[in-house]
Amino acid sequence: MTRYTKRNGLSRRTLLKTGVAAAAGTVAAPMVWAQSNIVLRQAGTGVSAFNEIADKALEDLGITLEMTALDSDSVTQRVATQPDSFDIADIEYWICKKVWPTGNLQAMDTSRIANYDKIAGTFRTGKLTPTSEIAQGTAPHTVGFVDGPDGTSFVDNESGWMTLIPTIYNADTLGIRPDLIGRPISNWSELLNTEFKGKASILDISSIGIMDMAMVCESMGEITYADKGNMTREEIDKTLAIFTEAKQNGQFRAFWKSFDESVNLMASGEVVIQSMWSPAITAVRAQGVPCVYQPLEEGYRSWGGGMGLAASLEGAKLDAAYEYINWYLSGWAGGFLMRQGYYSAVPETSKLFMSDDEWGFWYEGKESQSDIVSPQGVVLEGPGAVRDGGSFLDRMGAVACWNSVMDENQYMVRKWNEFIAA
Amino acid sequence: MQNLRESKSLIGWLMVSPLALVLGVFLVLPIIMITIVSFWQATEFSIIPAFEFDNYEFLFGSPVTYTVFLNTFKYAIITWVFTFLIGFTVAYYLAFHIHSLTWQVALFLLCTIPFWTSNIIRMISWIPFLGRNGIANTTLISWGVIDEPLEWLLFSDFSVVLAFVHLYTLFMVVPIFNTMMRIDKSLIEAARDGGANGAQILWNVILPLTKPGIMIGTIFVVTLVMGDFFTVRIMSGSQSANVGRLISNDIALLQYPSASATAIVLLLTVLIVIGILLRFVDIRKEL
Repeated sequence: MTRYTKRNGLSRRTLLKTGVAAAAGTVAAPMVWAQSNIVLRQAGTGVSAFNEIADKALEDLGITLEMTALDSDSVTQRVATQPDSFDIADIEYWICKKVWPTGNLQAMDTSRIANYDKIAGTFRTGKLTPTSEIAQGTAPHTVGFVDGPDGTSFVDNESGWMTLIPTIYNADTLGIRPDLIGRPISNWSELLNTEFKGKASILDISSIGIMDMAMVCESMGEITYADKGNMTREEIDKTLAIFTEAKQNGQFRAFWKSFDESVNLMASGEVVIQSMWSPAITAVRAQGVPCVYQPLEEGYRSWGGGMGLAASLEGAKLDAAYEYINWYLSGWAGGFLMRQGYYSAVPETSKLFMSDDEWGFWYEGKESQSDIVSPQGVVLEGPGAVRDGGSFLDRMGAVACWNSVMDENQYMVRKWNEFIAA
Repeated sequence: MQNLRESKSLIGWLMVSPLALVLGVFLVLPIIMITIVSFWQATEFSIIPAFEFDNYEFLFGSPVTYTVFLNTFKYAIITWVFTFLIGFTVAYYLAFHIHSLTWQVALFLLCTIPFWTSNIIRMISWIPFLGRNGIANTTLISWGVIDEPLEWLLFSDFSVVLAFVHLYTLFMVVPIFNTMMRIDKSLIEAARDGGANGAQILWNVILPLTKPGIMIGTIFVVTLVMGDFFTVRIMSGSQSANVGRLISNDIALLQYPSASATAIVLLLTVLIVIGILLRFVDIRKEL
């Protein structure tokens, strides 16, 4: 299988045609996919459903990917209730926690994942570097492994049976308008600073919004959480009380629910500080408006997605799915994602598909030497730019909590509705 | 004779059946379905058939429900007042001050021009206009009317009501204009001959005779505003809630039973409102 990871300019299909037979020892039923019309139905959240990836997979592997992009709630529902409607579920780790008990996904044999050893430590041991602290919330490694091929309970070690293969992840923080604020911002608590009264915003998606709120409350010194990703009712009440008071005092200009709303709020100057997602920052800057994805002392709120295999996959389709996952980790897809500001599960293979300048900018946090161009051909940064937050290790090493689903989720959602109506 | 009468009633049944079928399948059946689901239970990613009153219990037990219903009524009433005043004035002008039919039709069509674009676009275009650095604020500042941008122009109850009035005034204009056009002009002449002045004619003759039109317009506006969720979300910057938003939040979280219960309560509320309105005017009699 190691042959698959070596990229030497050969088209992937030719490599396969000659290589598949040789790899027959590990892959049970080798096939030349190009001639077999294998179709894999991938249902997932919109973030990683790129047509470019499907096109390239078809070109390299001969596997046709039918991508369905849904919002995270719909994808959760589909994986939980319609197990035959997909072959590959591209979901976030907190969704995995919710849907794995339904038995609609099957664990992956890590010995069939060629680059398994190179997957970032965050997804295997929870530690990016041996000295990293494990973040709160649904950290990917806590739902990353089960006890066997049909395992239903998560285990806290690298058992050899992986639930999701990480695809795309990032660290979120507050976005600011440095030109309108005019002073350094270094703490989450600044979101509720009365200096920004009527000019702050937070996202109106309860499961993520509550975590941003928790980062703020902890930074203010008001609340210390045992686990921000799994609050008690009392913690939820206290957190929302603080924000309800701020709302009634006119701290917030608006709340946003969709990506473009956050971009417009920021670009128009309605808001100078708000929770934001990385591509939104890029979109604001693309309009010529200064906007910084501000690294903060308390760290980042992080999220990650991965691909899981449907329980119904077997035979040739299952082999094709492994083949696709191995291809995904082999570099091209990683490079494609990293050139948009996301991170790939196996950064080192992505390097082969990025220029030194791109690698330096996106991964190492170095100053760009020339224009940084997105895979779609849009110039994102000129020469001399440095990525907000710096290098991969600086950013992903400072994750304070992961997106998660709380035990008290329904209670939290009801309280959130009260907050919006208040 | 017997046969003829039977076949007549048969024809009658046949004639109403297409409409009855359409209404049955697309209106009655879905409402029955929603009613049934409102008694079901939901976990985070599944719904379980049941017959429980939990959803209603929670709905009526939560203070949020009352705040939100009150808010919904507030929007409906304020919007009604403005759409009525503007709609009535426009219709009155078209019906009684424009004497050529060609001009009446032309001006009436002019009123509908904004409807050639999507109402989402008409609504969203207010945002850059009313924003902190929007056209309204920059103009007022350059005229020296204000020194600081007016914050309450956007993402406030003001902007929500403004958008509603803008979107729904035509629904008032059309039925009122329609009933005004049917008023026999000789009635007005008779009133004038009898010595009534303009205001008296308006109050004692025109207003009572346009009541059916006003009522139809009112039903349009009230049901549209009470059922809306998108305008409130966009124009208040997600900061205010009405019943529609409660339902859409529930749907987003896959809480279909709870959303259904709220929808049923909203439906009943709107029906009661319309029932009360119809006590004032017998639309059928006056049409």
